[in-house]
Amino acid sequence: MRNKITSVIAALGTAAIMSATANAGTLDDVKKRGALRCVVSTGIAGFAYPDKSGVWKGFDVDFCRATAAAVLGDAKKIKAVTSTGKTRFTKLNSGEGDVLWRNTTITFSRDVGVKLRFHGVNYYDGQGFMVNKKLGVKSAKELGGASVCIQTGTTTELNLADYFHEHGMKYEAVAIETNDEARQNYMSGRCDVYTTDASGLAATRSTFPDAQNHVILPEIISKEPLGPATRHGDDQWSDIVTWVYYATVTAEELGVTSANVDKMKSSKNPEILRMLGVEGNQGEELGLSKDWAYQIIKQVGNYGEIFERNIGKSTPIGLARGLNALWTKGGLQYSPPFR
Amino acid sequence: MAVNSETVPGTRNSLTRLWNNQQARSVIIQIVTVTIVFALLALILRNVVNNLEAIGKEFSFKFLLSPAAYDITFSPFIEYTSRSTHLRAAVVGILNTLLVAACGIVLATVMGFLMGILRLSRNWLVNRMVYCFLEFTRNVPVLLHILFLHGIIVTQLNPPRQAMNFADSFFLSNRGFYIPQPVWEPIGWIIAVVFLISVTFVFFFRRWAKKVQDETGRVYPVFWISAGVIVGATAVAFFATGTPLSWSIPELRGFNFKGGLAIKPEFIALWLALSYYTSCFIAEIVRAGILAVSYGQTEAAGALGLTRNRTLQLIVIPQAIRVIVPPLASQYLNITKNSSLAIAIGYMDVVATVGGITLMQTGKEMETMIIVLLTYLVISLVISGFMNWFNKKTALVER
Amino acid sequence: MAEVTRTYKVGQHPDLPPPRSEVGVIGWVKYNLLSTPFNVIMTLLALWFLWSIIPPLFEWAVLDSVWTAESRKACWAKMEVPEGAACWAFIKDRIGLYIYGFYPAELRWRVNLSFVLLVLAIVSVLYENMPGRKFGLWYAVAFPFITGWLLVGGLGLTHVETDQFGGIMLTFIIGITGISFSLPIGILLALGRRSTLPVIRILCVLIIEFIRGVPLIALLFIASTMLNYFLPPGTAFDLLLRVLIMVTLFQSAYIAEVIRGGLQGIPNGQYEAADSLGLTYAKSHLLIILPQALKISIPGIVNTFIGLFKDTTLVLIIGMLDPLGVGRASLADAVWAGLAREVYIFVAIFFFICCFGMSRYSLWLEKRLSTEN
Repeated sequence: MRNKITSVIAALGTAAIMSATANAGTLDDVKKRGALRCVVSTGIAGFAYPDKSGVWKGFDVDFCRATAAAVLGDAKKIKAVTSTGKTRFTKLNSGEGDVLWRNTTITFSRDVGVKLRFHGVNYYDGQGFMVNKKLGVKSAKELGGASVCIQTGTTTELNLADYFHEHGMKYEAVAIETNDEARQNYMSGRCDVYTTDASGLAATRSTFPDAQNHVILPEIISKEPLGPATRHGDDQWSDIVTWVYYATVTAEELGVTSANVDKMKSSKNPEILRMLGVEGNQGEELGLSKDWAYQIIKQVGNYGEIFERNIGKSTPIGLARGLNALWTKGGLQYSPPFR
Repeated sequence: MAVNSETVPGTRNSLTRLWNNQQARSVIIQIVTVTIVFALLALILRNVVNNLEAIGKEFSFKFLLSPAAYDITFSPFIEYTSRSTHLRAAVVGILNTLLVAACGIVLATVMGFLMGILRLSRNWLVNRMVYCFLEFTRNVPVLLHILFLHGIIVTQLNPPRQAMNFADSFFLSNRGFYIPQPVWEPIGWIIAVVFLISVTFVFFFRRWAKKVQDETGRVYPVFWISAGVIVGATAVAFFATGTPLSWSIPELRGFNFKGGLAIKPEFIALWLALSYYTSCFIAEIVRAGILAVSYGQTEAAGALGLTRNRTLQLIVIPQAIRVIVPPLASQYLNITKNSSLAIAIGYMDVVATVGGITLMQTGKEMETMIIVLLTYLVISLVISGFMNWFNKKTALVER
Repeated sequence: MAEVTRTYKVGQHPDLPPPRSEVGVIGWVKYNLLSTPFNVIMTLLALWFLWSIIPPLFEWAVLDSVWTAESRKACWAKMEVPEGAACWAFIKDRIGLYIYGFYPAELRWRVNLSFVLLVLAIVSVLYENMPGRKFGLWYAVAFPFITGWLLVGGLGLTHVETDQFGGIMLTFIIGITGISFSLPIGILLALGRRSTLPVIRILCVLIIEFIRGVPLIALLFIASTMLNYFLPPGTAFDLLLRVLIMVTLFQSAYIAEVIRGGLQGIPNGQYEAADSLGLTYAKSHLLIILPQALKISIPGIVNTFIGLFKDTTLVLIIGMLDPLGVGRASLADAVWAGLAREVYIFVAIFFFICCFGMSRYSLWLEKRLSTEN
C-alpha cells in the first residue's frame, strides 16, 4: 500500500519538476532552448519526409528552417515534432511544438473553434480528382456511382461529401488513413477515383509505374489554403512567423536569391536594404537580430527556391506554380511591403 | 502492511496500538485510500474544468446533433447520409464495431478449434504446416496482418469489370463480394413470426424430449423432428402468403455493381485478419485444453468402441471446454479491442467515425473519447459477463 | 528360390527386423502421411498448397529481388517487370533510420552500447547458472535507469531529446520499460485484487478491468492529447514519458491477471504455514508466496510481454516513429514512394524474430518448470 502511495507521490513530483510554462514568450523559450520545434507530418511527399540519414526535408520543413534561421540564425537548429492529422493541434496547443508547418488547411472552425492563429497562406491548394484514362471520364460530374478513395482525417472527405451531395450523385467513399494504402487501393482498381489536394495527387501520380495513364480532372472542388499556425496569446511570436513567410515572398518578388543575397546588400532598392537589415531596425522590432531576413534567404532561399527545390518542375512531384506564382505573374502569392 | 510494526514493549503509545490492531489498521488503510483516490479524482476534475476554460472550450455533447457532413459507405444496419448527425455516425460506427467483433469471434472460434485439432493431427505434414502458420502469425503484429491481407485482397482480386462471376448472381471482385439480396414484400413478417414460433416450439420440445429420455430412456428422433418443424412450418407459411419474396440481383452498371448485398473488401480483410490472428491463440488454448484431458479418458472411450471423432466430440472436448473457456474469454476481448485498428484499411468502426473524423472536425477530444471508451467497456463487460456465465454453466456439469 | 526351412526350439527364434515397409523413410511416410484415405487427401492438399505458395514467394523475395539501387525507378529498371520483385535496396538505404530513428549520427554509439547492455541484462536474467548471478540480477534492475541516462543524456553526456528516438530502438525502449515497471505494479495490483480489504479490492478490480476493457490505441490517444487536460494548467511533460506511463499501466493490468493466476495456483497450505510461523503479510508474501507464484507465472508473463512488444507498433497512431512509422515516413520520400510491401515485410520479419525467440524461451521454461515439479 505504502509503495503505491509513494509511487503516486513520485509521479506527481516528476510531473511538477517536468512542468514547463507554456504561456511564457515562445521566442524566449526557443532562444533558450537553442532549437525550434516545428510540428510536421509523419510523412507527406514533397512537404515533409525524412531522408536516409534521418534529416527532415520538404516544403513545410524548409519553412520551418527559414523560421529557425530568422530566430536562431541557424537553419539547422530545428526539431521535427511528428504528428498525425489527429494530434497536430494538440501538439501545438500543449506547447510540444512552437509552430505548426504541417500542410494544414485554414478553416473557420480551426481558427475560431480549435483556437489557432494562422499566418498567411504559403501554399494555395485545392481538392482534385485523379482517374485512369481508360475510364474515359472527362469531368468530375460524370463520377456518379463511382468508388472514391479519400485520405481520412482531413478536410477532403467533407468537401467530397458536399460536392457529391450538391450535384445529386451517389458514390462509395473508401476512407483510408495513409497515402500508401490509398495509392494501393487506387492502383489495384479498388477505387475508380483518388481524391486529395491537387499537390498530393501529383505527388502520388509521380510514384506510379504508368503515370502517363492517369489524368487529374479539371474540377478543383475546394479551396485549401495551407498555412502555418501558432497558439493564441503570443502576438510577438505570431508576428515573427507571419513575416518569415512574407520575407521569402518579398525576396522572390525583389529578385533576391540565396545566390545573390550578399551582392543585394549593396542594392539601390531601399526595401531590399530594409528587409536585409542594412537600413532600419525591423529585425529588432520583431525581437530578432538585424539580419534575420538575410539569414533566411542565405540559408534557405526565397519562396521560389523553396518551391522549386521541393515540389517544383524539376522534382519527381513536378508541380507547376499555378496559384502559387507571385501576384506579378498571375498567381496569389503577395506580400505586404517591408516598410 | 509494509509499515514496520515492530515495537519495543512498554513504549507503545495509543497510535501504534491502534496500528497493531488488525481491524483498526484495515479501516485506516481503507479510509486513507478512499481519501487519496477521491482527492486525485477531484484534482483531475478541477484541472479538466480549468484547462477547458483556459482555452475556451466547452464540455458538451451538443455537437452530436449537428450534421456530420461526411459519408460512411458501409452502414449495413441503418440509413446514413452525409446530412445525418454526428450521433448517427457514432451509432453506425458502434454497429460496425459490433458486427466485425461478432463475426470475428465466430470465425476465430471455428478456425481456432479446427487448427487446435489439426495441431494434434497424426499427419506430420499438416501438423508442421499448421505449426509454421501459427508461429508466424502469432509473432507478427496484428496491424501488419490487417494491412497484408487487405493488400492481397485488393491487388489479387479483379476489378468489377473482370469480376469472378458465379451463375450471374454472385460476383467476387476487389470492390467486394456481391450476393443476391432477398427483398421481402410487406406481408413477409408473417413468415418471420411463424419461423420464430417454430424455433420456440423446438426449444421446448428438445427440453421435453431430454426429460423423457432421462426419465424413461425413450429416445425421440429429436434432430429430424426439429428440422422438420422449422423447415416445414416456415415453408407452409411462405407458400400460404404467396411467396412474398424476390431477389435483388447485383448487376454491373456504370462504375460499380448495383443491387444485391455487398460485402466490402475492407470488412472482409479486417474480419479475416482478426479471425486468423486470434484463432492462432485459440488453437494453442484448444490444444492445451485437449492435452489437459487425461489420456486415460481417450483410452477408455476407445475401449468402449467409440470412433476417434466420437471420442473427441463426446468425451474429450466437453472436458477440455472447462480449461478452454477462461482464456478464450480474453481472446474474445482481444478481437473486439483489435478491431479498433480498422481505420488503417478504411473500415468505418467507432474509432474511425466518432473517434476519428468527428473528433477531427469538432475538436471535441474529451467527449468523443468518452463515447469510444464507453463503447469498448460495455462490449467488454458484456463479453466477460457472458463468458463467466458460460464458464459457470460448464463447470456445473462437473459432478 | 530355394527355401530354407529351419526349426527353432521354443523361445529360441531370433528377432527378425521389422518389414521394410514399416521402418525407415517408407515406414515414416506411411505412418505419418498416408495412414488413412483422409490423411492422404490432407497430405496432397498440403503439398499443393506449399507448391503454389513457396516458389513464387521465394522468387519475389529472393531470386529476382534487387539489393542495390539509388531510387525506386532504378530498382524497377533492374527487374523484368516493374514492381515484379522485392526492392530491398529501399530498406538497405534506410537501415540506419530503422534502427536508430533520428538519433544524432555521432551519438549512435550510445544506442549501440545500450543494445550491448541489454544483451548482458537479458543474459543475467535468463541464465541461472551464470557465475555471480546475484549481481547480474541487481544489474538487470538497474539496467533501465543506466540505459535511460545513456540514451537521454545529461550528467556529462550530451542531452538528446526523446522526440529524436525512433525505429527499432524505440520499440525496445517501450517494450523494456513496459516490462520492467509493469512487473512491480502488476504484483501490487494482483495482491490488491486478492486483498481482504474491500476498498482496495474494488479499486484494483476497477483499474484492471477498465484497462483491460479498452483498446491500447485509445489509451495512447489519451496519453498524447488528453493527459494535458488532467494535469494542472501550464504543465506539459515529455510525450515519450507519457506514452511509457500509459504502456506501463496497460501492461500492469495484464501482468496483474497473470500473477493472480499464479497466486491462485499456490495451495492454501502455504498461506496457512506462513501464518502459523507468525509472518506478517509483507513477509509471508515476499518470502513464501510471491517467489512461488512468480515462478509459475513466468511463461504467462513472457507471453504478455510478447503481446506488448507487438503492440508497440501502435505508437505510430500518435505520431511516434517506430520501425513501421519510419517505414511509412520514408514512403513519403518521392524517390522511394510506392514500396509499401517491402516495408511491411521487413517490419514483420523483425517482429517475428524477436517474438519467436521470446516464445521459444517461454516454451522452454514451461517445459523445465513442469519437469521440475
